[in-house]
Amino acid sequence: MFRRADRLLSCSLWLSAALSGSLVLLIAAFVLVESWPALTAVGIDRFLYDPSWHPAGGPEVGSFNLVPMLLGTLLTTLGAIVLAAPLGVLSAIFRRVYAPPFLGRAYRWLIELLAGIPSVVYGFWGLVVVVPILASFEPPGASLLAGILILTLMILPTTALTSDAALVSVPRRYLEGAAALGLSRWATLRGVVLPAAGSGIGTGILLAIGRALGETMAVLMVCGNVVAVPDSLFAPVRTLTANIALEMAYALEGHRSALFVSGLLLLLLVSALVLAADALERRAVASEGGAVG
Amino acid sequence: MKSHRVAAASGIALAILGVLMSGCGAAGAGSPPTERLVITGSSTVAPLVAEIGKRFEAVEGVRVDVQTGGSSRGIADARQGLADIGMASRALGPAEEDLSGHTIARDGICVIVHRDNPVERLDDSEVVAIFTGRHQEWSEVGGETRPITVVNKAEGRSTLELFLKHFALENRQVAASVVIGDNEQGIKTVAGNPGAVGYVSIGAAEHAAARGVAIKLLPMSGVVASTEALSAGTFPLARPLTLVTRGTPSNLAQRFIEYARSPAVSDLVRELSFVPAS
Repeated sequence: MFRRADRLLSCSLWLSAALSGSLVLLIAAFVLVESWPALTAVGIDRFLYDPSWHPAGGPEVGSFNLVPMLLGTLLTTLGAIVLAAPLGVLSAIFRRVYAPPFLGRAYRWLIELLAGIPSVVYGFWGLVVVVPILASFEPPGASLLAGILILTLMILPTTALTSDAALVSVPRRYLEGAAALGLSRWATLRGVVLPAAGSGIGTGILLAIGRALGETMAVLMVCGNVVAVPDSLFAPVRTLTANIALEMAYALEGHRSALFVSGLLLLLLVSALVLAADALERRAVASEGGAVG
Repeated sequence: MKSHRVAAASGIALAILGVLMSGCGAAGAGSPPTERLVITGSSTVAPLVAEIGKRFEAVEGVRVDVQTGGSSRGIADARQGLADIGMASRALGPAEEDLSGHTIARDGICVIVHRDNPVERLDDSEVVAIFTGRHQEWSEVGGETRPITVVNKAEGRSTLELFLKHFALENRQVAASVVIGDNEQGIKTVAGNPGAVGYVSIGAAEHAAARGVAIKLLPMSGVVASTEALSAGTFPLARPLTLVTRGTPSNLAQRFIEYARSPAVSDLVRELSFVPAS
């Protein structure tokens, strides 16, 4: 009885895992297959060096430069993480170390609420509130800056909550040790807590970057979506995700396939990120094992 | 005790698997006994046809399957017989004489600016000069000293194609400051920026302006932009929403086309900001 149930469990778990894993591979393969016609007919170098992005004409007469959109994705993400990472980490430290408990709880509740708001609501709010405010300073308002601000708001919960979790998981004995040494709160924080929580915070930041890279609707609504390398924070940009969402519904053959190439590019970016996160975690585990052992 | 828990866990895992598997299998098994009408094509026409289809399903007891993929796909599918009816947001051209088109509604495109913009009209050459970036300031067309924000549509949209064709432009020539997707986004973008100019479906713009959204519809070639002018056929920038069939359509397809052109659905046409064809 016992052994049969056990075997059944292991079989079904194997199957479940295989199913989840193969779904990801299937999607990747699908994107590759769909983008293959464009990759062969247009060629990789034209995706880098064509004068513009006007793909509707097909591989012969169209232009297929994806670089401005790659830069758009990277710049909005970079800007958002530069703002959201320190904010998230500092707010987590405030909540864990300095805030009175009732305030800390209320604060955490607010951040969780922020995490639960659907992205299209952020986008809508950005379009009717943030963009007009920016437009009154420097038209058109829909810009790289608007995208960065909205994205910051969207990934702030990720950085704040993962930093919070990383701080909680710092072993109690470390804190007791620091207290026994008579360290001040700031010295404990800087010398003990932050180094111990560092890898967790780092992983959270990488997660947040992943979210920022993939965000579509909100960015689509506030970024202006002009395909050009931005020359200032107030210039419009188009991200790879917005490119797909804007054009996919109407795209045919060559155009459609070229859009899958932007999807493929995005997939590669995210894969690189996942590998980085994995490496970070492994290094952290290794160093911790060393410290304990 | 422990073996119970193990059995429960494996039961759950198997149940999840079962649900996933049956999801895959169910699509193929058990063909519906009802007749089925497949309609594909223009995403401008699709929302209207989907609504008409729902009503037609209730009346006739058949299934209407509406899929989007652009006017070109609608025409190709109708020609190859992949769809019973194709949808196109334009009239059929001379290269498509093998097909027959049936207009079910009309849609028009008008230029919109912010409500507080003092400019009351733009003639065609001014529109071209603004959209190609030769005019950068509203003062050049009799407005305030304020930079112009050109709002353009994304590549592939039929609104964009129609607009460019009317003004004999190519998309490469347009100096856009903002690129948008659907009409609603265009209206919000213009309403939020006193220097913006864009173009959207007349029905959508009229609806928004009536609700108090801060936009203004500009006349085109002297014709006031309104759904009345559109149904009178006097508005210059208009397009017919067309159902496309090859040869003699099937009995069911024929009935659907007649239904879609009948007064029984004109409330749906108006609801989606179009103008009934007849």
